[in-house]
Amino acid sequence: MAELRSLVTKVRSKNAGPFWLTIDIFCGSAESFARVRDGLSVSQIAAVFEADTQTVKRFDIENLHVVKFSLPRPAVQGAVEDRDMHGASWAALIGELDI
Amino acid sequence: MVKVLVPSGALGLNYDQEALTRGIAAGPDIIAIDGGSTDSGPSYLGRGVSKYARSSTKIEWAGLMQARAEAGVPLVIGTAGTCGADSAVDWMLDITREIAAEQARPLRIAVLRSGQDPEFIASEWEANRITPLGNAPEIDADLLRSCTNIVALAGAEQIAAALETGADIIIAGRTTDTAILAALPLMRGCHAGGAWHGAKIGECGALCATNPQSGVIMIDFDDAGFTVTPLADGAHASPHTVSAHMLYENSDPFILYEPGGHLDVTDAEYTSIDARSVRVTGSEWVPTDDYTVKLEGARAVGYRSVAIALLRDRHYVQNAPAWADDIVAKCSAKVMERMGLSADAFTLELRLIGHSASFGKLEKRTADPVEIGVVAIITAPTEAQAGEIGKMLNPYLLHHPLTQEEEQPTFAFLFSPPEMAHGVVYEFALNHVLHLDDPMRAFRLEVMDIG
Repeated sequence: MAELRSLVTKVRSKNAGPFWLTIDIFCGSAESFARVRDGLSVSQIAAVFEADTQTVKRFDIENLHVVKFSLPRPAVQGAVEDRDMHGASWAALIGELDI
Repeated sequence: MVKVLVPSGALGLNYDQEALTRGIAAGPDIIAIDGGSTDSGPSYLGRGVSKYARSSTKIEWAGLMQARAEAGVPLVIGTAGTCGADSAVDWMLDITREIAAEQARPLRIAVLRSGQDPEFIASEWEANRITPLGNAPEIDADLLRSCTNIVALAGAEQIAAALETGADIIIAGRTTDTAILAALPLMRGCHAGGAWHGAKIGECGALCATNPQSGVIMIDFDDAGFTVTPLADGAHASPHTVSAHMLYENSDPFILYEPGGHLDVTDAEYTSIDARSVRVTGSEWVPTDDYTVKLEGARAVGYRSVAIALLRDRHYVQNAPAWADDIVAKCSAKVMERMGLSADAFTLELRLIGHSASFGKLEKRTADPVEIGVVAIITAPTEAQAGEIGKMLNPYLLHHPLTQEEEQPTFAFLFSPPEMAHGVVYEFALNHVLHLDDPMRAFRLEVMDIG
């Protein structure tokens, strides 16, 4: 087991419009990409947000060594319960996952 | 071949003047810059205002107007004034007129308005010509009528109509980020997949290259694809930086929906042609007969007040969650009792900075912070009620003890008064598309000759 952030170059999260959040994991190498692709599941990502796994889209992009996830925003951007207007903080939680 | 010069990812973010000069010397066919997006939140659309300072916007726009005159080509801004509402377009037009007078140059200006009458949108909804996208909020005709601003995102067709007026400057309300870049290459018969793909790569300026803050890029569109070249010293594009830009703020990195069809970059090929530029081919545009434009709307849902306190006493820092929960319970009960508000008519929340403000109950880490910032966020139906709740909270934030047994504590307020009126709370109300028989039906084009 290792923390995701120690295995990859960068984890980024951003709004994809006001209703979706997208997470880009830049692995940096073929080896790291293989480890993240095989070791990080959609259900782990869903669990971070307490979201339904069915709502999480996954893209394994081998030529960029990127694993990408998109899911409905935990709160709609700017809603009363929203905590992060640009959705960038979530990367920290993803980076702290053990894989 | 069509050369599109993009000065930066948004007007208000500044640009590299030297690189812009280099771009003008290279003979662009058009200068295109984005003026906003939803990314700063619903308040800008709700109020119909820009997030950037007028003075910054004016200086940067004056520089682009000067560059435009030197190049003798059109200058286009999309999503003017952050949100692209009609009032933001008028703000941008006002700035443009001021600059035109100062530069003493006659101009033809085309203004494309994207603002929608809520009554029209409500009737389109009732006629089943509005359909939801993924994770769209529930709407009904009354909710649509209650929006303070609704905009439709113009595509390449509406920008093309504006360009066809022969305007020197086009000030467009809400458009897709890509439309202002894709329109001219499409009009001149460049490869459609390349036009949309190049527009997506270029819409954030140099974000698709190294040294992303440098801003200025040139995109050369042709009959097979496009070539992107960052123009600032030290900036270069590589197949990796360019293809990785498709990830940015996109929920799907291969498919991009636009009015009239979608872009598919699954088979795109990215090739370095020199140390600085990347050529892209193989992108596909898939047209559809069903012409739709995306809608964005914002509506007021109440008023907010905010208060801040600091906990530094170690006992309270360690027990902050229990302290905050107790305050919320006691103060909420008092609000209901003394103001007669029901529990669902207001919100009162204490977010603990240094403890869990970023993620709330989803936070996994624990640590022993030196201090905790307490941000109280209150929403209520009226400004007076939001202020009243803030005042009711004041003694708790200042003196609330963890237990009855301990001495009354006093916490730090940053200023007097500690509570601040934060104004109207807006929410995004739409993630839908409007079906149009005529692309111009939801948009209005006005041409004016000044000077």
